[in-house]
Amino acid sequence: MKSLVQATIAIIVTCALLFFAAHQLEAGGTQGSKDTITVYNWGEYIDPDLIAQFTEETGIKVIYETFDSNEAMMTKVQQGGSAYDIAVPSEYMVEMMKEEDLLIPLDHSKIPNMKNIDPYFLDLAFDPGNKYTIPYFWGTVGIVFNPTMVEEHLTFESWEDLWDPTLEGKVFLVDGAREVMGMGLNSLGESLNAKDDVLLRQATDRLISLSPNIKAIIGDEITPLMINNEATVALTWSGQAADMMWENEDLDFAVPEEGSNLWFDSFVIPKTAANIDGAHAFINFMLDADVSAQNNDYVGYSTPNAAAMELMDPEVIEDERFYPSEELREKLEVYENLGLEWLGKYNEYFLEFKMSLR
Amino acid sequence: MTKLSPGARVYLGIVFIILYAPIFYLIFYSFNSGGTMNNFESFTLEHYQDVFDDSRLLVILINTVIIALLSGLIATVIGTLGAIGIVSVKNKKMRNSILSLNNVLIVSPDVVIGASFLILFTMIGVKLGFTSVLVSHIAFSIPIVVLMVLPKLLEMNTSLIDAAQDLGASKREVLTRVILPYIKPGIFAGFFMAITYSLDDFAVTFFVTGNGFSTLSVEIYSMARAGITLTVNAISGIVFIATVLIVVGYYFVTNRTKVCNTGVQE
Amino acid sequence: MANKAAKGPLFPYIIWIALFVIAPILLVVYYSLLDLNGNFTLANYANFFSSAYLTMTLTSFWYAFLITLFTLIVAYPTAYLLTKTKHKHLWLMFIIIPSWINLLLKTYAFIGIFGLYGPINAFAQSFGIEPTQILFTDFSFIFVAVYIFIPFMIIPIFNALDKLNPTLVYAARDLGANRITTFRRVIFPLTIEGVKSGIQVTFIPALSLFMITRLIAGNQVITLGTAIEQQFLVAQNWGMGSTIAVFLILFMVLIMLFTGQKSKGGRV
Repeated sequence: MKSLVQATIAIIVTCALLFFAAHQLEAGGTQGSKDTITVYNWGEYIDPDLIAQFTEETGIKVIYETFDSNEAMMTKVQQGGSAYDIAVPSEYMVEMMKEEDLLIPLDHSKIPNMKNIDPYFLDLAFDPGNKYTIPYFWGTVGIVFNPTMVEEHLTFESWEDLWDPTLEGKVFLVDGAREVMGMGLNSLGESLNAKDDVLLRQATDRLISLSPNIKAIIGDEITPLMINNEATVALTWSGQAADMMWENEDLDFAVPEEGSNLWFDSFVIPKTAANIDGAHAFINFMLDADVSAQNNDYVGYSTPNAAAMELMDPEVIEDERFYPSEELREKLEVYENLGLEWLGKYNEYFLEFKMSLR
Repeated sequence: MTKLSPGARVYLGIVFIILYAPIFYLIFYSFNSGGTMNNFESFTLEHYQDVFDDSRLLVILINTVIIALLSGLIATVIGTLGAIGIVSVKNKKMRNSILSLNNVLIVSPDVVIGASFLILFTMIGVKLGFTSVLVSHIAFSIPIVVLMVLPKLLEMNTSLIDAAQDLGASKREVLTRVILPYIKPGIFAGFFMAITYSLDDFAVTFFVTGNGFSTLSVEIYSMARAGITLTVNAISGIVFIATVLIVVGYYFVTNRTKVCNTGVQE
Repeated sequence: MANKAAKGPLFPYIIWIALFVIAPILLVVYYSLLDLNGNFTLANYANFFSSAYLTMTLTSFWYAFLITLFTLIVAYPTAYLLTKTKHKHLWLMFIIIPSWINLLLKTYAFIGIFGLYGPINAFAQSFGIEPTQILFTDFSFIFVAVYIFIPFMIIPIFNALDKLNPTLVYAARDLGANRITTFRRVIFPLTIEGVKSGIQVTFIPALSLFMITRLIAGNQVITLGTAIEQQFLVAQNWGMGSTIAVFLILFMVLIMLFTGQKSKGGRV
């Protein structure tokens, strides 16, 4: 009994000390600021130095919270209970959030730096007139591969190359129903937003015929595998491909010509916002050319910020793999919000494909 | 005490090597200047420097430890008392149904627990943050405590209790003098396993947290998309070393006092 | 008499059951009866009996069984030998400590360790064995799962063995029982509660494993846990996700009924 009491006291004392320590640390960061905003973003998706700089310039303290999937983020915003002033959803999620009335319209007069954004990336179908969103980063879906480990004729300019018999047991796919089903549809020359059972059936059968080539369907873990030359070919997002190529210079990235996905992550102000002015100030700050260029350097994804691009290494922005020309972009499609029913179907077909792997 | 045979030593050795292999792997790469967990380039301490420069990460680390310790403690108290209560239920069917209820949270995937707790908290109107996370961690740790304490209670010789009662011990005395000391290993096991559950949890915490409160797990999982930084490895390394030091230190301090005590008694 | 004594301390536990077990179950059952538009339906239940989910159920049980079996095979001797060491409680702590390091990080480490250029293949190569991809196989999946559950299995068994009266073992040996008989007739029966507890805390969560099915098994193994996660987080079909969860809970209750204590108990 004595040791139980001792242990209890030890735990309580430790917790009290830790509470004190945490309080001291937090107090150190908040000195002289009453104003705060809460930014809800993907992990490692912003240069932390910029957050400090923002606080220094505006006196607004930033609470930074992170999420790991669009859907989980939406659930949190929908349920409320926490004051998120800024969130960074992908484009299809913007549409869903709009439908659920979870977004607050932006006041463009408070975001003068919007002029820095390349007009090509404004006024897109998922948000006409940028009523709710400001683009943050964008990219494509394509194939990252290791030219030193595949046959020379495989350039992945066509999805067809994935079916090449020399790739048996070598292809990795990303674990996303939209991405994989979209790839199946694209490889048939169809739209990746198809709402047609016959087409989806065909796409699934086409994917099942790819099974012998598939090594695994995984998530973000593909990055270390590609870097380490463990994996040869992988379907993934351009942003991640850029991360991989940064570490492993052998790698190459291609967006097949039949078409693929063009994605956007955008700033929005969710209806949970408590400091709407602060949120606008933050968005405006992040759009500043210098800031955006610095952030780009840190994150490594493609930026829609034209003013920032002028400040960046020309080698980066001239890389057609990550900054495809407008002509190439024409072939890419943005995910439309399919509605839950079709989303469910995509998911069922994708599941069927996954279960065919054994 | 019998000495372990060489075969037994080898067996235990292998088990420990496997248990620690991934941890040493993580710590090894925390010294990598290359920035990823592949291709060790050269030795650096910069990731450790980063940990101490990042006060946000430090606060998150401290929060994580506080939540683990407090939720473990409270779950252990509730779970132990619950287990004692379950054993006292004589009806076999009744007892098995309580145990089934007990295990619901163990079998439910984290997303389900997280989503339903979130709905629960917002329905009641609890502000999301420290409290909601703490309560959730207590909630999902209780069943593991019960399962750890239960076998000790079941194997306990009931004549001990009878004897104590015959000698005039009150119910409270039976509990504190007979039952608790006997099931103590189970209680500690429950506490440690509760800590494991708490430290490992990502999904439940993610759903029920808010207002700037975060734990290390949430932070690490949300880094996955853009790549986990070696700062996280460094922080794990620090936590690991600190834990080992505390455990070994605590063990030898308490054992020395035990030796002194018995010495005095003799 | 004992019954009355237990009511007071049991109170917080009952509150917990009501708030955090029964209320969520009711929520989950409620959601399982809703379709995508929020109308009442039994379609989700009908859907569960489609071949895909039945296959998944079998897969989940099969892998949970294998994981539990291997965990037990590794954990029992470990627990037994640990009780024989000096400083046994310290060694036990060293079994627990690894489980306090974040699982995702450890999984990433395993990806590195099992990799083509990882330490295991390098080791094998030194014996002239060609490097092979260990990741994304049944072996790697079960290995990592066993790794996760080992402390949960060792602890209850250790606790059961620890208090085992050595005189019983000596007595059995004196009466001419050999090692195996002693183990089978004396040691094992006395530790059965610990083993049962270990099996429960391994098998039940193993049914709903998800993360490592993707990271380590590359989605070659699809369990009910994976399906639930997908339904909630990708398809956003809480109805179907909840339905699968209801079945998981039902399966668990069935397991509890079959493995429930037949022994007397009922004192304290």
